[in-house]
Amino acid sequence: MENNIYIYIAVMAAVTFLIRALPLTLIRQEIKNPFIKSFLYYVPYVTLSAMTVPAIFSATRNPWSAAAGFIMALILAFFRKSLLTVAAGACAAVYIVELFL
Amino acid sequence: MRSNPSDAVTNFKDGVRDGIPIALGYLAVSFAFGIQAVSAGISVMQATLISLTNVTSAGQFAGISVIAAAGSYLEMAGVQLIINLRYMLMSAAISQKVDPKLPTINRLGIAFGVTDEIFGVSITRPGVLSPWFSLGAIVTAVFGWVLGTFLGAFSGEILPASLISALGVALYGMFVAIVIPVARDDRNVLLAAVMAVICSSVFTYAPLLSRISSGTRIIIVTVVISAIAALIFPVKEEEKTADGE
Repeated sequence: MENNIYIYIAVMAAVTFLIRALPLTLIRQEIKNPFIKSFLYYVPYVTLSAMTVPAIFSATRNPWSAAAGFIMALILAFFRKSLLTVAAGACAAVYIVELFL
Repeated sequence: MRSNPSDAVTNFKDGVRDGIPIALGYLAVSFAFGIQAVSAGISVMQATLISLTNVTSAGQFAGISVIAAAGSYLEMAGVQLIINLRYMLMSAAISQKVDPKLPTINRLGIAFGVTDEIFGVSITRPGVLSPWFSLGAIVTAVFGWVLGTFLGAFSGEILPASLISALGVALYGMFVAIVIPVARDDRNVLLAAVMAVICSSVFTYAPLLSRISSGTRIIIVTVVISAIAALIFPVKEEEKTADGE
């Protein structure tokens, strides 16, 4: 590698931190605009949904085992199980299905 | 309310409690990151340092590929900006969740830990977000993230492939656990989530559109779908106060 690894790491960390820090430090008042309020309300659910599908289907060795993990996660989450239970249940479903594939 | 010490302790404990499942999920993902970093020619110490200073899955995976390809520092900055831009939206959302008088130093601390999962547990807290809750959640989750990276980089490919494969869905399982309970109660969130899934799938598989990188895809889908949802289903004040559980 020609470039300095520590400069790479510093650039990564600085850019990522600035992205996270600017809105939190600069926006000091309650946002009154109903559109912006609603927009911010939907952002997390939309982002997480878009990040999960379709990426989850290529997260394991086989799309079918991934689908089993996904379905297990949906069922457990529907019944309001904790984050850990949902994640562990999804992993277990993948592991078990791959035993039979 | 912030000056009450027992309130601080309770919030910190709640943060640690909610941080534990995140830390366990992170272990799996950062383990994979550690393995990949070492195979890209990065040392165990450096890989661990990246996880400690960045705390972002997608950004770090993209970062090591830039390092491995000896890309420019500017390219590194651009890649991180695009992939992590969603944190800016999350940070803006959290700015509405903290006490308006919260000092800058506390805001910077909370900002350091804005990840998809920590954001998820923070934004669904009832009422005002306490910096003590954030501290507990961040310390716990980051510990898991850094430890997993170290173990993955250090122990390499000791784990059987079947186990690594199963751990691959851990992160997505957590995402599902954040979205579904809210979508179950709020039909508008459910519709927004379904639109996001359809859009993201089209972007991934459709010709031409599939050339867009995954980081950019997430940003486009997030901005467009959230804006559409906000226009069609504006959030009413009463619902806002009732949505915390």
